[in-house]
Amino acid sequence: MNNFTYSQATGIDNAVNEITGHEKSMFIAGGTNLIDLMKENVLHPDHLIDINGLHLTSIEFLDDGRLFLGALVTNADTAWHPEVEKKYPLLAEAILAGASPQLRNMATNGGNLMQRTRCYYFYDTSTPCNKRTPGSGCSAINGYNRIHAILGTSQHCIAVHPSDMCVALRAINAVVQVKGKAGERLIPIEHFHRLPAYTPQIDNNLAHDELITGIILPREHFNTHYKYLKVRDRASYAFALVSVAVVLRLKEGVIDEIRIALGGVAHKPWRDEGVENWLKDKPATDENFAEAADMILQEAKTFGANDFKPALAKRAIVRACREALNREI
Amino acid sequence: MDQVAAPVLVDQATHTITLTINKIPYELKIQPWVTLLDAIREYVQLTGTKKGCDQGQCGACTVLVNGKRINSCLTLAVMKDGADITTIEGVAEDGILHPLQQAFIDHDAFQCGYCTPGQICSAIGLLNEGKARTKEDIQELMSGNLCRCGAYTNIVAAVQQVKDKL
Repeated sequence: MNNFTYSQATGIDNAVNEITGHEKSMFIAGGTNLIDLMKENVLHPDHLIDINGLHLTSIEFLDDGRLFLGALVTNADTAWHPEVEKKYPLLAEAILAGASPQLRNMATNGGNLMQRTRCYYFYDTSTPCNKRTPGSGCSAINGYNRIHAILGTSQHCIAVHPSDMCVALRAINAVVQVKGKAGERLIPIEHFHRLPAYTPQIDNNLAHDELITGIILPREHFNTHYKYLKVRDRASYAFALVSVAVVLRLKEGVIDEIRIALGGVAHKPWRDEGVENWLKDKPATDENFAEAADMILQEAKTFGANDFKPALAKRAIVRACREALNREI
Repeated sequence: MDQVAAPVLVDQATHTITLTINKIPYELKIQPWVTLLDAIREYVQLTGTKKGCDQGQCGACTVLVNGKRINSCLTLAVMKDGADITTIEGVAEDGILHPLQQAFIDHDAFQCGYCTPGQICSAIGLLNEGKARTKEDIQELMSGNLCRCGAYTNIVAAVQQVKDKL
């Protein structure tokens, strides 16, 4: 890890002021990913602004009934919060599927949104990587790419976003609240993360001088039929090869609304609203789920070591939909 | 003869912090890139907490900060100024082993012992959280601690014994 200086932000505006104009400064909250990347010499900020003293540690209902998750609430405290467990159990299930208890006690909600890919080549500074060193090339495309993306890839990057929490947030239609020099803005989760295209070094649409202050969950609860299914190389404490977040609502025996978000397949949590609409008013059968899965994966492109992923994703989608449907409350 | 200045040991980047470790406050003059793990081992000389992977993957560095288990390798000591930290050296009281320490002995829940301090601190955190009900819950909630000797079966039995007596 390189040497750096350190300060503690005294307020949100102070944090924003401190980072504005300082391209090599970074915010630190839980630090579980940032410190790891600094030790690996992937990131080398010259100054860290500790935001842990900011008052962004509450989970509370807004006046209109939406739930606000403070950016600095830990993943563990979020997953085990009574209102999250009761009204957004998909989110609790997804968070608890990720990392380890120790990491979830440190990692924050804001930091989870900001975590970087676990692409082996991004971490290995002896290999080319367009995300780490723009223009150097992608080692994964023709390398070992078991964990890599199959949807929304570009010729410059096939990394995946590693979060479980964000996949659930995508299904829930969460909104990210940020504060910057220009004031506060709200970024719908589908516009927060980006596809790699020509600039894989840019993971998301947060500006350097912006700070995530919280995540807002809509009033809709989906606490009857939901499932977060994570498929990985070991039973616990591993990143997803494929994950599926499903929420659905039935009306008179047919699907009234369904949302299917995928993790482990793209540079951002993946959803296909066209296919979700196709399922509307259809019976909730394995056949329909399978046809929907085929459509979602229609454009999948594989790279050798991840050739298994489309089939795995299709089966995972059907199973997650079925388990959401049959969940006993 | 020209005078040679002594090396500056306390430079601009150095912070003075207080860590209360096992109920004893320690004032440390520390640089920001020192992890909590290195502060505990190299500055306070409490070497019970182990450095395994130094990347948050093995759990050997697990300590309790304000009662919650964390990986001390993935946080900076300066970020924990004022925190109340418990390491394996602090879990026994008045010369009596912590019930989990005794349970690990009873169940032979280790072989080489390198992961044991982290396992025990993690298990204390698990019991504080109060979320584990079944053996499967214990397995899942201890998954952040690796044991290369493979003593998992006995570790889970030890944790279960203490949990069942609560």
